[in-house]
Amino acid sequence: MKNVDSVVCTFCGCLCDDIRVSSKDDGTIEIKGACANGKGHMEEYDPSPVSPTLRGEPVSWEKAIGEAASILRNARSPLFYGLSSTASEAQRKCVTLADSIGAVIDTTSSVCHGPTGIAMQTFGEPTCSLGEAMNRADLLLFWGCNPMVAHSRHFTRYSLMPKGRFVPEGRKGRRAVLVDVRETPSAKAVDRFLRVKQGYDYEVLSALRALVQGKRMDAGEVGGIPREELVSLAEEMKGCRYGVAFFGMGLTMTRGKDLNVGQYFSLVRDLNAHTRFSVIAMRGHGNVAGADAVLTWQTGYPFATSLAGGVPVYGPGEFTAVDMLARHEADAALIVASDPKAHFPAEAAAWLDSIPHIVIDPVFPLTAQGATVYLPGAQYGVDAEGTYYRMDGVPIRTRAFRERQRPTDEEIFDRLLEEVRR
Amino acid sequence: MRDKTLGIIGGRVYDPANGMDGEVRDVWIRNGSVVSPEEADKSGAMIIDAAGMNVMPGGVDLHSHIAGAKVNHGRKMCPEEHASHKRDRLEGGRSGAGFTVPTPYMTGCMYAEMGYTTVMEAACAPLVARHSHEELEDMPFLDKGMLITMGNNEFLFDCIGRGEKELARDFIAWTLKAVRGYGIKVVNPGGVENWKSSRSNAGSWDSEVLGFGITPGKILETLTWAADSLGLPHGVHLHGLNLGTTESAEQTLRSIREASGRLHLTHLQFMSYGKDKKGRFANRSQELADAVNANSNVTFDVGQIVFGPATTMTSDGPFQYNLGTMTGHKWFGGDEENETGGGIVPIRYSPRNRINALQWVTGLELFLLAKDPWRVFLTTDHPNAGPFFCYPQVIRLLMDRSYRMEVLETLPESVRKRTILGEIEREYTLGEIVTITRAAPARVLGLPKKGHLGPGADGDVAIFHPGDDGRRVPKCRSGKGCRRKMDLPRWVIKEGEVIVKNGKAEGETHGKTLHVAPPFDFTVEKSIREHFSRYYTVSFDNYPVQDCYLPLEEEVPCR
Repeated sequence: MKNVDSVVCTFCGCLCDDIRVSSKDDGTIEIKGACANGKGHMEEYDPSPVSPTLRGEPVSWEKAIGEAASILRNARSPLFYGLSSTASEAQRKCVTLADSIGAVIDTTSSVCHGPTGIAMQTFGEPTCSLGEAMNRADLLLFWGCNPMVAHSRHFTRYSLMPKGRFVPEGRKGRRAVLVDVRETPSAKAVDRFLRVKQGYDYEVLSALRALVQGKRMDAGEVGGIPREELVSLAEEMKGCRYGVAFFGMGLTMTRGKDLNVGQYFSLVRDLNAHTRFSVIAMRGHGNVAGADAVLTWQTGYPFATSLAGGVPVYGPGEFTAVDMLARHEADAALIVASDPKAHFPAEAAAWLDSIPHIVIDPVFPLTAQGATVYLPGAQYGVDAEGTYYRMDGVPIRTRAFRERQRPTDEEIFDRLLEEVRR
Repeated sequence: MRDKTLGIIGGRVYDPANGMDGEVRDVWIRNGSVVSPEEADKSGAMIIDAAGMNVMPGGVDLHSHIAGAKVNHGRKMCPEEHASHKRDRLEGGRSGAGFTVPTPYMTGCMYAEMGYTTVMEAACAPLVARHSHEELEDMPFLDKGMLITMGNNEFLFDCIGRGEKELARDFIAWTLKAVRGYGIKVVNPGGVENWKSSRSNAGSWDSEVLGFGITPGKILETLTWAADSLGLPHGVHLHGLNLGTTESAEQTLRSIREASGRLHLTHLQFMSYGKDKKGRFANRSQELADAVNANSNVTFDVGQIVFGPATTMTSDGPFQYNLGTMTGHKWFGGDEENETGGGIVPIRYSPRNRINALQWVTGLELFLLAKDPWRVFLTTDHPNAGPFFCYPQVIRLLMDRSYRMEVLETLPESVRKRTILGEIEREYTLGEIVTITRAAPARVLGLPKKGHLGPGADGDVAIFHPGDDGRRVPKCRSGKGCRRKMDLPRWVIKEGEVIVKNGKAEGETHGKTLHVAPPFDFTVEKSIREHFSRYYTVSFDNYPVQDCYLPLEEEVPCR
């Protein structure tokens, strides 16, 4: 039996790096310390070599790469999309490829925390690393997110439960508040749950900002939350020592989008006139934060960037994948480690299905069905090493605990680049 | 390795480290290093005819924020300024964007196109060092390294509080090696911790660091001692207390008086203020210059203001919050567990703004009042006081008094009345400029192969034709009134390879990452491991930066 310690789970933005994997002599593996999501992610991936396919038929890597390169070379308006579940080494090569052929490149951020990026560009962002929440936070605010289900170890590892330098009591030393449109499983773990009426986050946040700024509020309730509750929450936030405000797609993907997030950021900024408060976005996919970072340092912009004219041009709404596809503006696509056909609006998914498209993914997602070329790479964090950025931007190198028998995404991009430049 | 020789023939050589001040000489580079003419294999050598040109070592910038988490947040936060500042892929190479915070590819190109070949990233939190290394890997042409923020590290605070300075020293050595860093950066020691714990700051070297029972003075003393004890090539690199306020000069003067070893004061311009007799915001540049002149263990870089847009980004959390509140601009704040904090606020320096005008005057006074060009270095604390690609404008201001006076005339009368700048006759010579941009920063960084052209030096050379001065078309809109010198090199050579021809970067040469690995007592790892298990959210084993992040590297020896 062989043990590998400090394995990094690449499933979600928590990037828990305290997993132990035991490989038994009979070839089976045992995962210790991961949540159910992570366990499944690591166990269910089979590292055996898989043949690439061309229109559903198995072909050699050479043939598949050649066909993929020819699709990219012949496209007039290629769209690259995804990137959130692959390593930054591959992301960097992917942007290089997009730059060399003049593609539009977008990431899954455009359908999750893209509005968070836009809010950051408008208002700034008072943030901190997860360890500051662990070591300092005596008040935790969760808004429009459900960590119990989506980031299962967030509470125990980073926010609610752990003992920290200035919170030696752990859970007893913290208060936690959840604001959401429904009473999710996370509500049971916190001290206080406030139900906001669907679509009224902006109004509630505005009321809280006014209260934090010392303004009087006459309304009996805002967004379904009674005045007294808002007043006491504002007081509680002002009175804590160090607060951390987490938020999820309940803010970013509901009415108001970046305005909701901007108001949330502004509330946190206002609170810093009274005490210390930071905000952290609950990023979903393992390396979606890395995708934002890599795109930013290679193009200047975090997502929705066109390289078609030889220079980077930023355009959420114009160069975002859903919009490009729904308007039939892409004539070929490269989908990396994501599953747009399963998640995009029907019209966008249908157009994607109708144009030549290449899928790079260690597993076989719905999007790979009907793909012109499918290129199965290795899975970072299982049989490949690479850099993943945690939801707070901390970069961690993943470990490989299984023998690699497939090319990495990075190697696939190297071969594509070579072939496209030929 | 194929034998490859490059000869730079007949140029006026400016190499202050070897006593050359414009003498006509030939420079020979063989397999990447400078060699004596006798050692050069002249048959089959590539020859550059440098007759009538000025030949000097490649530029060395010892303080510039070019890569890493904080820089990237600044880049992301300001898309509005990228739109008009781009690099076109169709001109060759990669595309890029960004004005005050360009992408790493663009940064590498623009530094090279200014004759620079070595740049030190000014501040990196160890926790996110891997990110900085990734960006540096995407930065062509330059040799680079990074200074690691240590002034608010809680492990060090614990050591200092317990009086265990040897443990502190070993931890510093371990950290530098683990994150592949180059030197110790100190930013508002204790003040950032106080900001994180209680929204306060540290006003003096005697202030209390809350919860740790130590003072900023004690932190600085320990770090200074450790840098010397470990024999680090570069001493402590200090951004001190009260940046930008009327209390800054007082504390800076004290840090000079009390320095117990090598001390580098960074962006001194921002640390030079006090009050005049009427209680108004005023500079104390004369006193600071006198203090530096009198203490040979002290060096400084200026952080010269350039009028126009800038992005302030420092590890000084409370300062950035206050600046954001004062200006009302967007504010990014970033607290990093156990290690540091920081923030970003975009800003625009205007000659009509009295404070900005005073800052501009202060920087130039410091340059001109410092007597020893070997202890003053040209920086704009990029992108805090201005973008690095404005160095040619600063060089012109230093070399050309009439240009200086012309700009001074445009400043508010209240500032002109209270500055001695107009009375200073001094103009920097070209040899002095080469000293403050090349020879001196290389020496204080402890880079024996940089900043000079003697045998054994890296073959990094910049060649300027004096007739080209001011001929680069500035890509910024703030170009009005901007005059420049040394802005358009004919040739730039990096380790014997041509990387710039007629002012335009070409090819895909990549430089090395410079790092140190001071020896330390390995038993320290037990304490660090324990510290990690209690206070870090990343495991001890996943913290050190692996070799693969430095595909091209050079360990610079400790003393």
